[in-house]
Amino acid sequence: MRAFTVHTGVVAPMDRPNIDTDMIIPKQFLKSIKRSGFGPNLFDELRYLDEGQPDADNSGRPLNPDFVLNQPRYAGASVLLARENFGCGSSREHAPWALEDYGFRAVIAPSFADIFFNNCFKNGLLPIILPENVVDGLFKAVAGTEGYQLTIDLDKQLVMTPDDQDIPFEVDAFRKHCLLNGLDDIGLTLQDADDIHAYEEQRKQNAPWLFNAGA
Amino acid sequence: MAGKTLYDKLWEQHVVKERDDGTALIYIDRQLLHEVTSPQAFEGLRLAGRQPWRLSANLATPDHNVSTDAGERAGGINGIQDPVSRIQVKTLDDNCHDFGITQFDMKDKRQGIVHVVGPEQGATLPGMTIVCGDSHTATHGALAALAHGIGTSEVEHVLATQCLIQRKMKNLLIKVEGELGAAITGKDVVLHVTGVIGTAGGTGYAMEFGGSAIRSMSMEGRMSMCNMAIEAGARVGMVAFDEITADYVKGRPFAPTEAQWEAAVAAWQDLVSDDDAVFDKVVDIKAEDIKPQVTWGTSPEMVTTIDGTVPTLDDARDDVERSAFKRAYEYMGLEAGQKITDIQLDRVFIGSCTNSRIEDLRQAADVAKGRKVAGSIKQAMVVPGSGLVKEQAEAEGLDKIFLEAGFEWREPGCSMCLAMNSDKLGAGEHCASTSNRNFEGRQGYGGRTHLVSPAMAAAAAIAGHFVDVREF
Repeated sequence: MRAFTVHTGVVAPMDRPNIDTDMIIPKQFLKSIKRSGFGPNLFDELRYLDEGQPDADNSGRPLNPDFVLNQPRYAGASVLLARENFGCGSSREHAPWALEDYGFRAVIAPSFADIFFNNCFKNGLLPIILPENVVDGLFKAVAGTEGYQLTIDLDKQLVMTPDDQDIPFEVDAFRKHCLLNGLDDIGLTLQDADDIHAYEEQRKQNAPWLFNAGA
Repeated sequence: MAGKTLYDKLWEQHVVKERDDGTALIYIDRQLLHEVTSPQAFEGLRLAGRQPWRLSANLATPDHNVSTDAGERAGGINGIQDPVSRIQVKTLDDNCHDFGITQFDMKDKRQGIVHVVGPEQGATLPGMTIVCGDSHTATHGALAALAHGIGTSEVEHVLATQCLIQRKMKNLLIKVEGELGAAITGKDVVLHVTGVIGTAGGTGYAMEFGGSAIRSMSMEGRMSMCNMAIEAGARVGMVAFDEITADYVKGRPFAPTEAQWEAAVAAWQDLVSDDDAVFDKVVDIKAEDIKPQVTWGTSPEMVTTIDGTVPTLDDARDDVERSAFKRAYEYMGLEAGQKITDIQLDRVFIGSCTNSRIEDLRQAADVAKGRKVAGSIKQAMVVPGSGLVKEQAEAEGLDKIFLEAGFEWREPGCSMCLAMNSDKLGAGEHCASTSNRNFEGRQGYGGRTHLVSPAMAAAAAIAGHFVDVREF
């Protein structure tokens, strides 16, 4: 996993609540058996005027000029600003894969759906929860300043604005550690293999039916 | 000391190790696998040179991509016409063979939607922790289990370690007291709840459904309800263990037998929230207040009753919701104030992990019996949740009722719930659907989904528009 330490980037605003993972990456692209290559189809139904197909060339497709990521002022955006309950719906990890593949490193919103939030941390993408009024203020700042950028320092847990405001955010200590260092948490869990074996032995005694081989 | 909730108990029974930072290593008893969210997990295992921790904890079946057309199905994997879908189903097959994981493949009559197959086989049992790379894993909580959806990285984590690193959620009780009216199902209850608390109302919570209305609800109804806990933001939906649970599980292929059954049932008696348990939030609902539900918009919280109307902008709670309403009117092709019964339909879909079990099909067949699908309906399809549900329905003659009424009788799979196979809506088409999500494009590019119960969907197919099944 790609580590996240300090990142500065252009902010793109997605001004609607309840952005679901079907919207982030529609189902036809979930047929891929790879982890990469989803970026060109991020927000496919909002971004293009026609229906996208998996494994197709997207370069000649008609773009929706009204969609935020198609506007020149947000070219190269790497911080996504969103409203409440971002990432709701399907558990598809293809959603963070698509955001990351497009070039996003962080998403800022007042709230996230649980599964999406968790999936982000496995993929070097930092979801940041900020109070609604702060997010509102950022939407206004982005609208008012072309090329508006934010700097995010994970170690210090700060979002830094161009006018030198430092906005603190919370992050789970373990997830922060893994993300700062780009760690694979399977390796970390396997360090506890003895504890897992001990748990299994105890469960086999008091709930043996959980270990039946099946039909 | 205060008593414990069902969730507290399930959590405590599965803690392998507490960590200093407040997270815990939680043991997973069962992982269900399907073709869409597992290939990258198996690839990860291979790249790291790892093996599954405990093979027998895993059970796989293809469901999202499989065709529900009998002709296309007859060819097995090689018969799948879409080459991208075919590769994905083949990849699951190869991975199960390579790693030695039990799979109900396309030709196995036990194949079906993972969330139908697990309980049907007794592969998901009370007291278990159950995960699957699918958000509707909450379904299995209906059996007093701790079940939730995970992403592909965690699928790989569970394959490799049989554990997940988790932080304990908060406790939410949805208390439905009283008696549900005629034709009111678990689907109506959960849609009503979503309308009350919103799609983020359950975020961060494990949601238990309790109260007298739930105690008298069938297992199928409980599964439909827990299935959609995620639509109200909760990863976990649960119902306490009782006699209805035990009766459902007994005799299923993976269920314990004889002395082990007795021991299991004795242990399962404790899978209830204690009388003095403290919940972080309680939502009280009167069963009598719940009418047949129909969604009008593009989020499950955009729901109203069959005698209702599309809400107006004045009904929105703030500017953010007002703009969401405007988008939804436009996408759905509806006007504020329009009567729900005036919405004309193009297609009807009865199926999905929410509503494709035998009871769902019986309820729909009861309505369809002796009637005909309206001429204005382009397609009305019934897709059983598994090969065994299909077999049971055919033994009861339900297939004939549907066929005589003009419905299509299909092979099992996820089908038009998310349109990863060829079952999909055309742009602008309105569909009465027993599935779980009315998101933009969910059932097909530009498609317009209205979520309802199976009986409501069947009645809508006959009338050509929504009607109150209680007066039908």
